Amino acid sequence: MTLGDLAFWVLSVLLVGSALAVVLSKNLFHAVLWLALALTGTAGIFLLLNAEFLAAVQLLLYAGGIITVVVFAIVVTERLIGERLSQTNRGVVSGALVSGSLLAIIVSTLMQRQLPLTPLPQPSDLTGLLGKQVLTTFVLPFELLALLMLVAMLGAIYFARPED
Amino acid sequence: MGLEAYLILAATVFCIGLFGVVTRRNTIGILLGIELMLNAVNINLIAFSHFNGSTTGMIFTLFTICITVSEAAIGLALVILLFRVRRTVMADHLDLLKG
Repeated sequence: MTLGDLAFWVLSVLLVGSALAVVLSKNLFHAVLWLALALTGTAGIFLLLNAEFLAAVQLLLYAGGIITVVVFAIVVTERLIGERLSQTNRGVVSGALVSGSLLAIIVSTLMQRQLPLTPLPQPSDLTGLLGKQVLTTFVLPFELLALLMLVAMLGAIYFARPED
Repeated sequence: MGLEAYLILAATVFCIGLFGVVTRRNTIGILLGIELMLNAVNINLIAFSHFNGSTTGMIFTLFTICITVSEAAIGLALVILLFRVRRTVMADHLDLLKG
């Protein structure tokens, strides 16, 4: 067992464990904190896959941005008075059944295929290449993405504007 | 670790996220489940990109991460708006369209 394998197993246990805590935790605030851990674990997986730039993006946008916004949303919408409502609906058993069988289907399909065990070599300066490709081959989706983010920002401000 | 291990890990996280989406009552909880599912897809894309020696999957992931962030911002703004109008964020109380 190499060091990379060990890191993979540690990160996998961390990721699956915190993902389970996200969906099972009674307190929504704790769920968000577990989500932060899960997203950080995913950044670790990205590092294992030689995607340093994406690991950094993941930490900045997800673990930094989304967690903060979600915490704000919980603070705004949480009822401070009244009894604590149950956080799960009556579909727990059927939900577990559906997602469990989906997992079984995916895993059994993967087992039937011969998948590569060793990665193909990648260019050395991966981050630089990513930047070049985004601004040459993929420049149209990049500009569309900029438009989408502008629209999303305007939309979010419009929806959450103060009542007049 | 082979490609298979990463794909199975991503499938597991995806199914846990699906479970969260199906069972959570709070709309913010549902959004957290969706974040988990999108995250699992990103692991898949980067794993394929890594094992095929290509960068396209990584660029795709860059785009999906940005789109997810927009989705979260809009989703949470909608949740706050919903709370303002209906005074609840529980998904099963929001049954206005149920005949």
